[in-house]
Amino acid sequence: MSSAMSALARAGLIAASLSATPAAQAFCGFYVGRADASLFNETSQAIMVRDGTHTVISMQNDFQGDAKEFALVVPVPQVLKRDQINVGERRIFERIDAYSGPRLVEYFDPDPCARPMRDLAMKSQAAPAAAAPLGEARRERALGVTVEAQYTVGEYDIAILSAKESDGLETWLTQNGYRIPRGASKALAPYIRQNMKFFVARVNLAERAKTGLTWLRPLQFAFDSEKFMLPIRLGMVNAKGPQDLVIYVLTKNGRVETTNYRTVKLPANMDVPVYLKNAFPAFYKSLFDTQARRENLRAVFTEYVWDMNWCDPCAADPLSPDELRQAGVFWLGTPEAAAPPGSPPIAPPVNAFAPRRMPAPAAAGAQPVILTRLHVRYAPDTFPEDLMFQETKDRANFQARYVLRHAWKGDPDACPEARGYLDSVAQRQEKEAQTLASLTDWKIEDIRQKMNLTQPDRRNWWDGLWKQGSAK
Amino acid sequence: MSPGLAGVAARLRALDARLYQIAFQATLLTIGVLARDFTLRWEQMALAFAAGLATQAFWTQRLGLQRAGVLSAVITCFGLSLLLRADSLWVHPLAACVALSAKFVIRVNGKHLFNPANLGVILGIGLLPGAWVSPGQWGNDLAYALWFVALGGIVTQRARRWDISWIFLACWLGLVALRVAWLGQSWAIWWHQLGSGALLLFAFFMISDPMTVPNRPSSRALYALAVALIAFAWQFVLFRPNALMWALFLATPLVPLLDRWRRGERFAWKTASSPAPDKGLRGPALG
Repeated sequence: MSSAMSALARAGLIAASLSATPAAQAFCGFYVGRADASLFNETSQAIMVRDGTHTVISMQNDFQGDAKEFALVVPVPQVLKRDQINVGERRIFERIDAYSGPRLVEYFDPDPCARPMRDLAMKSQAAPAAAAPLGEARRERALGVTVEAQYTVGEYDIAILSAKESDGLETWLTQNGYRIPRGASKALAPYIRQNMKFFVARVNLAERAKTGLTWLRPLQFAFDSEKFMLPIRLGMVNAKGPQDLVIYVLTKNGRVETTNYRTVKLPANMDVPVYLKNAFPAFYKSLFDTQARRENLRAVFTEYVWDMNWCDPCAADPLSPDELRQAGVFWLGTPEAAAPPGSPPIAPPVNAFAPRRMPAPAAAGAQPVILTRLHVRYAPDTFPEDLMFQETKDRANFQARYVLRHAWKGDPDACPEARGYLDSVAQRQEKEAQTLASLTDWKIEDIRQKMNLTQPDRRNWWDGLWKQGSAK
Repeated sequence: MSPGLAGVAARLRALDARLYQIAFQATLLTIGVLARDFTLRWEQMALAFAAGLATQAFWTQRLGLQRAGVLSAVITCFGLSLLLRADSLWVHPLAACVALSAKFVIRVNGKHLFNPANLGVILGIGLLPGAWVSPGQWGNDLAYALWFVALGGIVTQRARRWDISWIFLACWLGLVALRVAWLGQSWAIWWHQLGSGALLLFAFFMISDPMTVPNRPSSRALYALAVALIAFAWQFVLFRPNALMWALFLATPLVPLLDRWRRGERFAWKTASSPAPDKGLRGPALG
């Protein structure tokens, strides 16, 4: 811990002394930790790419259990052709999660006795980076179910079904070995009425053995739809309690929000006690639990909105054009044009403590990609409708970022400014404790204890009047 | 009702209905900013009011009108602040300026055509860069309070043409109910729609603007039905956002047609100094 701290302290000094160079000026704070989506139990993740009516959805389930039990049923607006379906890489989800996750940054207070240094310290806010981006048949008929298409893609057996009535569909799925919860027909009915088809998938064990993977890879499908929505109601049929869903929406023009539920930005950009450096995931989990409960599980939370060309600070490198295309961003042009095979990763590995603002490779004429990361905790009674979205024209950046400020540690009598500074630190730390208590459900007494804060000392007005006064 | 309460109610009724509306909008805006983290900056609001009131003053002076209609301008500026969101400072004043100018410039048969706040919002979401509307911003928790206040307003403000609010709500919620029943969805969806803050605000404080709806009660009913049908098609057939705003905008040309088809008494605001609706106004009555 102490060696890490000193390494950080050195990095801090380097950044401060380099503050005349553009890169260092633009950077504000060190990225030191993040909370990823795997923090929450029962979390599904989806990537939605949308422009006009073109839509690409990728779904990553946190399915844990026997692969034989896995079944996915997604209503889709049309019969999908084989080329519209893909089995993607889990890595893409890990990358986009890491890039957009809530983050902790830290600053080091400058020496209060060295005024010129202080004035040099980071003032500038980040400026955008360069614009370059980055026999059966009869029985089926009796049930009113038609298998419109069937494919084996990767480790999945996929069927596109149309159905006339929901009971028949439920029966068909059960008879064909899809483990769907009882009572699913009620949730399926509205989609049948809207003439939607059903994309159903289960694991092909033989194919899965060939892949040698122990996890299930995400399923992706591309289609056209007027509806900018994500069906969540089917997933609630067998819900035991509230479920978490993290949605990464990639668009061209601006932030995405829900139109039939409130979309709320998480409280962010506040100073929190420095001991959270080693407890960030626990902190973020408690923060999200508390905020979701305060909204009575009726709100959708925005965790991140950013143009994917850059980040500041970077929790992870932005996705490369190639990775974005794998995620389904279809307007980025052909792979050859943007990222020749074998090209180096877009950001060379750098010192873990150094700021990373990404110079994305120049892909001429490439369109921007705005990432909105939404986090929903929903229960059947609080989210009665599927999520409907709209793309706003809002391009303001937002990130769930929490700040650690390390105090200068020195002799209170080192200079006249030192004592005033140390007083302000004490006040600041008390405020940090209160902030933390209000963001989470943690008790303020426990927080103060962990911060080694005593109850805020009432300072007498005469303390320090004469220099020999009590120096606490 | 006790005599004291009756007295209070009578006094409230004697007030200009627009004062009630302004009080209501100010309350909502305060709640929105404090408890609903509206992404509204105070500068945007200030500029909207400055531009709106200046536009109003400019046109009244230029046209030599006696009635200033300042209250209505304030209502429009509040409406824009409540609904329109932007990432710049110029969207709100521009929308206020256009909305209030249209009131003086685009007139048919002595009545202004467009609902000013609606026109400003449509201008924002349809044409201006960096402007949007967040229909989900109210959430559903606020709905009970909205219903309560709206009902209270109707009791105290009989003078207003509230019929259109109720007919519109009945048509819209009826259509949603038909859809829920037809799709076999859960009725929780209907209740969810009923509790939409955006819907209630639209019904009680936008479509109800008496100056921009047809004069005859039967025409108003037809108009409310038309707006509900257009909104339904916009939301559930085309699957596009902001259905209520677009529907009111698209239905606006029906107002002069309905008025021509069946004549009715034009609305005038009952102010504290003129207890009876003043029919003998000189010049256009500006609401």
